[in-house]
This record gives sequence, structure tokens and C-alpha cells, in this order.
Amino acid sequence: MGHDSLPMIFLNAAVVNNFVLALFLGICPFLGVSAKINTAWNMGLATMFVMLVSSICAYFINELLVQFGLEFLRLICYIAIIASAVQLVEMIVKKFSPTLFRALGIFLPLITTNCAILGLALFQTFKEYNFIQSIAYSLGAGAGFTLALILMAGLREQLQLADVPNIVSKGAVLSLMLAGILSLVFMGFAGLGSAA
Amino acid sequence: MAVDVNKPKPITLDTFTRGIWKENPVFVMLLGMCPVLAVTNSTMNALAMGLATMFVLVCSSTLVSLMRHLIPKQVRIATYIVIIATFVTIVDYLIQAISLELYKALGAFIQLIVVNCIILGRAEAYASKHRVTKAVVNAVGMGVGFAIGLLALGTVRELLGSGTLLGFSVFGSSFQPWAIMVLPPGGFFVLGSWLLLFSWLEERKTRKSEEAEIEGEVAHGA
Repeated sequence: MGHDSLPMIFLNAAVVNNFVLALFLGICPFLGVSAKINTAWNMGLATMFVMLVSSICAYFINELLVQFGLEFLRLICYIAIIASAVQLVEMIVKKFSPTLFRALGIFLPLITTNCAILGLALFQTFKEYNFIQSIAYSLGAGAGFTLALILMAGLREQLQLADVPNIVSKGAVLSLMLAGILSLVFMGFAGLGSAA
Repeated sequence: MAVDVNKPKPITLDTFTRGIWKENPVFVMLLGMCPVLAVTNSTMNALAMGLATMFVLVCSSTLVSLMRHLIPKQVRIATYIVIIATFVTIVDYLIQAISLELYKALGAFIQLIVVNCIILGRAEAYASKHRVTKAVVNAVGMGVGFAIGLLALGTVRELLGSGTLLGFSVFGSSFQPWAIMVLPPGGFFVLGSWLLLFSWLEERKTRKSEEAEIEGEVAHGA
């Protein structure tokens, strides 16, 4: 199975080069909204959805830019697309599923500044994936992000009851150490696929 | 204390040093964590990233501050993003022209400066409300603070992970590199350790001042 086959791309983005734990993208929501499994799950789903939408949009915009030889506008276009994609997703969700909107609520605008989304758009351009591959890549990245977020939230929920010295539990120290250990664990997947 | 609103407040040393110490973006505000963790596997990368971010920060703060009366309030965030993205594109091509090796090492993280919350945060919270000179001084302070944070991680990770500093061997050939430190987990561990150190120092300071207070009270009572 080659590295460009669809399952391989998915697996690569989800675990081998996990966006959070190996590529350090989207650290802010990873540390910010990983206190409870429930919110982590919602945030993960919202991010995955936006990733899929913006990946599709980014693919077509890139095709258009390459056609006209305007590659230097790529960054500005991507940012604009992501911001509008988030806005669009917010409106659609609000219209069709108020329950989901309430659950995702505050997370949607936050996703605009999530560098994992822009990172995804940039990486798929660098790797020159075609349309179907881009979709597999974005789904893998979203799944990996959700996985990391939920694992972290689970660990943090367990640690609520643990007796941790005050200076460690204050601020982000404990979360960072946990993230480090999780990242070590994910390095075990390295043999499965190719490097970034 | 009454403050005259019409008279602009003078630039103090605090405008500059605030970003370096009291509101250090890396260690105090925990902003822009992604590049902090991702590109600090060597001192050189950390330095380049710090300078690139500082350039974008200072340039965009200047432009935002100059245009603060022209930008309509409703579209301000979009305008800031376009301004920032323009400067990031400039830096991206600049680094590519200076050193292709460095460009490959930093990868997509140069372009990801766009979504670094420090820059947008400065534009929104400071540059859009202050005079150009003040905004620039503040932006330089923040940029230096960010670069110091990056270097603090970069040097430690390079020293432990490859036993070198800026590419020069420090510990000699008998040193067994601690490879984990230059790999992703090392970033989390080193940043966590720095935060732990600061948290411990602060804890010690508050405990000392509390002890001094109690002693003072005892002396006063006697």
C-alpha cells in the first residue's frame, strides 16, 4: 500500500502525524477546552466539520489561483475562506439544528483562529493532494484532533481527584506535562507511516 | 486620580518592558503556543521565528495604528487579518530568499504566523487605540518578549537534545544526546518545566512576603 492511498493518508493525518501531538497545531483549544470530555467531544466535532468544509474550499481556490498564476495571494485567500466557512457553518447549523448550535455555540468563532485549519489547507497544498485525497486528509486530521482532545480531557478529568502539589496544578504546567506524555505515546505510531 | 483624556499619556519604560516581563506572551499569557512548541528544536530556528514574528508584529501594529481612524469598526478584524497576512507573505518570501535551508526547517510555520494570536491581539487591544510611536514601542516589547520565550525553549532543547548550541558542540563527543528533547514531546516537557520554575519562584515570593508580614505583626504586637 503506497503512502498516497486513501486509508494511508487518513491514518497518517490521524495518528502518525497527529496535528496536535506531533505537528503542534491547534494547541490553544487543546489546552483551553480539554477540561471536560463532553465539551472536548463537541469542540472536536465542530473542528472536524470546519476542517472538511475549508479543505474543500481551499482546494478549489488553489486550483483557481494556480490557473491565474496568483500563488502569492494564497495565504490571504485561505484566511478569508476559513473565516467565511466558519461563518457559513455557524449560520447553517443555527438554521437547521438549534440543539447542535447551542452545544457548539462559543466554539465555532474560536475555530477561525485555530491554526490547525489553516495548517491543514497549507499542508494539503504543499503535498499536492487531489480532491479525494484532500478530503481523506481533512477527515484524518479532524479525527486525530478529536482523538487527542478527548484523550486529554479524560486524563484531566481523572486528575481532578488526584493529590497534586499546588505549584504543579496551577496554570498550564500539568496539562503540558500530560500533553508531553501523550505525545510520547503517539510517537509509537511513527513506524506506521511516513514522516510529515 | 483624574486623568486628562485629551492629553496623550507619555511613553513610559513600562510600555516597552511590559511585553518582556509582566505580560510575556509565552510564559504569562500563553499565547501563540503552536510556533513556540513546533519550531524550537534548535536555537537557530527559534531565533529566526522570533525575528520573523517580531517583524510582522511591529509592521502590522504600525499600519493598524496609522489607519485606526480609517478602518470602519464592523470590518476591523477582517482588515487586521488582511494587513497581517500581507506582512506574513512578505516575510515568507524574504526568508525563502535569504536561506532556503531555514525556510525548509520552519516549513508552514512561517505562514502560520497569520493565526498567531499575539499579533491579532496586539492589533485589537493596543494598536487600534494608541498613537503610532506608542504602538510601535509596545509591539517591539512584545516581540522581544516572544523571542526571549522562543530562545528559552530553543536553547534548552538544543543543548539537551543534540548537545550543541547554534550548531557548535558544547559537551564534547562523549555526550549522549537526549533525543526526545528535539522531538515533539520535548517541546511540551521543556515548556512545562519553565512554567513550573516560574510558578515555584512566585510561590516562594508570596510565601516570603507573607512570612515578613506575620513577623512584622508580631514585632508590632510586642
